[in-house]
Amino acid sequence: MNRLDKLFSKKTKDILNIYFTAGHPGLNDTGRIILALEKAGADLIELGMPYSDPLADGPAIQQSGQQALKNGMTLPLLFEQVEAVRKKSEIPLVLMGYFNQVMQYGEQRFFDRCVEVGIDGLILPDLPLYEYEQHFRPMVEKAGLGISFLITPQTPEERIRKVDELSRGFVYMVASSSITGAKGHITDKQLAYFDRVNRMKLDNPRLIGFGISSHETFATACRYANGAIIGSAFIRALAEAEDVEEATVDFVRSIRGVNVSASGAIKK
Amino acid sequence: MIAIDERGYYGEFGGAFIPEMLYANIEELRRLYVKVMEEPAFQSEFRQLLRDYVGRPSPLYLAERLSEHYNAAIYLKREDLNHTGAHKINNTVGQILLAKRLGKTRIIAETGAGQHGVATATVCALMGIECIVYMGAVDIKRQAPNVSRMRMLGAEVRPATSGSQTLKDATNEAIRDWINNPEDTHYIIGSVVGPHPYPDMVARFQSVISEEMRWQLKEHTGRENPDAIIACVGGGSNAAGAYYHYLNEEDVRLIAVEAAGHGIHSGESAATSVLGTKGIIHGSRTLLMQTEDGQIIEPYSLSAGLDYPGIGPLHAHLIASGRAEAVSITDDEALASAYFLSRKEGIIPALETAHAFAALDKVSFQADDVVVICLSGRGDKDLDTYIRHFGRFM
Repeated sequence: MNRLDKLFSKKTKDILNIYFTAGHPGLNDTGRIILALEKAGADLIELGMPYSDPLADGPAIQQSGQQALKNGMTLPLLFEQVEAVRKKSEIPLVLMGYFNQVMQYGEQRFFDRCVEVGIDGLILPDLPLYEYEQHFRPMVEKAGLGISFLITPQTPEERIRKVDELSRGFVYMVASSSITGAKGHITDKQLAYFDRVNRMKLDNPRLIGFGISSHETFATACRYANGAIIGSAFIRALAEAEDVEEATVDFVRSIRGVNVSASGAIKK
Repeated sequence: MIAIDERGYYGEFGGAFIPEMLYANIEELRRLYVKVMEEPAFQSEFRQLLRDYVGRPSPLYLAERLSEHYNAAIYLKREDLNHTGAHKINNTVGQILLAKRLGKTRIIAETGAGQHGVATATVCALMGIECIVYMGAVDIKRQAPNVSRMRMLGAEVRPATSGSQTLKDATNEAIRDWINNPEDTHYIIGSVVGPHPYPDMVARFQSVISEEMRWQLKEHTGRENPDAIIACVGGGSNAAGAYYHYLNEEDVRLIAVEAAGHGIHSGESAATSVLGTKGIIHGSRTLLMQTEDGQIIEPYSLSAGLDYPGIGPLHAHLIASGRAEAVSITDDEALASAYFLSRKEGIIPALETAHAFAALDKVSFQADDVVVICLSGRGDKDLDTYIRHFGRFM
């Protein structure tokens, strides 16, 4: 059983999945942030492979990716960083990126390397269900990797079933019709969509992402799904941080609704 | 046989590599585009606008002085004489009619040289529909007259400030806008790029170019097929239109002219067929300029319309399969050719189009070959650039 399955078998509520871009803000922050997230109580980490042209991402994640690339981040280096931190951490790690990167690395080689360094799952938002099913499903399943496909408020029921069938680990529920980093509150229309999907009783757990940025939005999302994913808000916190480990701990505590004391409240 | 399959592939190129947020829109288009385009009412409205508003058919002109110089019969397909000054309007007229039938009330577009932006702003004004055009901040500077045109036509021009701030980035921003506005908005892509069905849909709308060429050549020469067709390729929409009805006519040479910028291997180029490898850009599996790590490389060309790191999947297939020949032309060769054509034929071409003319120096023909060059646009928008280089070429 991989770490993803282990997580979902013992925890079904209030799962906090935090996204950040590997190599941002500093090239070698990847491992430190992973360890800090684990210590602070995140359940799951979505690690972004920085990409030159991230179509589905808003300004915060775009800029973090540009910075990481400028810092010298590459896919081989990302794998090395994960391999190193895996010796000290058991938190489930899901790799998120655009399919062109996987294609250039070589699909089979990519999946093998993921397993080797201790990646547990994948999110490849521009890999179509059809292409996955035709060409890559056997490779991913044989490797024992999880993979999460996305659903949106526009996804028809039949297609949601297909997404559920192909996903392993969890289904990624995009909260609103938007790129990442949309701000604000959760509308009644979104709640109706959450509720509709809830009643479908999918096989996979569901995590809600896009526009989740605070304790309030996290708590609301958790009422309708097994947990939620936060990305842009954390990226912004990191970009402004003087000490990324402190900022990480403070951020997770603020989302969990634990009172945040002055920075440095939790230190080794 | 060159044809697209139902998943949107030309051979191994094409497809629809899009995030789920775009799926509903793309799927709607995929299901309906052929059906809508083939409706008699749609066809008659489209044809009437092309005739009365765009000014089609565009002339096929035998350029005698050019023919004499190159010792071949060189015909110019005069897309520069269309309303708004380029071939781009053929596609925007088609897509605006499609958007109306899909009930869309807001139009977005990307633009490089500004010709597609102007053509989109024009049809939006014609139909009274809101129009937002994304344009790279660098291109806004180098194509100022077209920015003013779009604004005068009532469009909002939004600068794309990410990446190289050119066509690639404008396209990224337009796609992000569409993700944020999936219900009321139609995205009018200006070239034969993007996820299926865009490459095929845009090629079909542009295919009027080769449809006319067939009967015009027949009138001029007694036969429908030329020996060669030359067109410039950024994404490749004018080339797709000029090739369309000849794709499976093996006796017709298809010559695709790319921008080599400062030279193919100078590090400042947009010659995708040489520098590109298989990958995914803007939802399509095609040839693109990228690093080993799969990061898209920022291209360079003096010409904003050819400054694109990819190429439409149809062209990737034509080139990879050997059906089309690719020729690369540098900035300086294109500029020299623009001055030459102006003096020889009294036609100032767009800088993009000037690349196609420069290929005449690189390709050899038999005497009396019939060659058609797609004169995709006129050069008014490039006058500042041409003036800057007067000293070197005149």
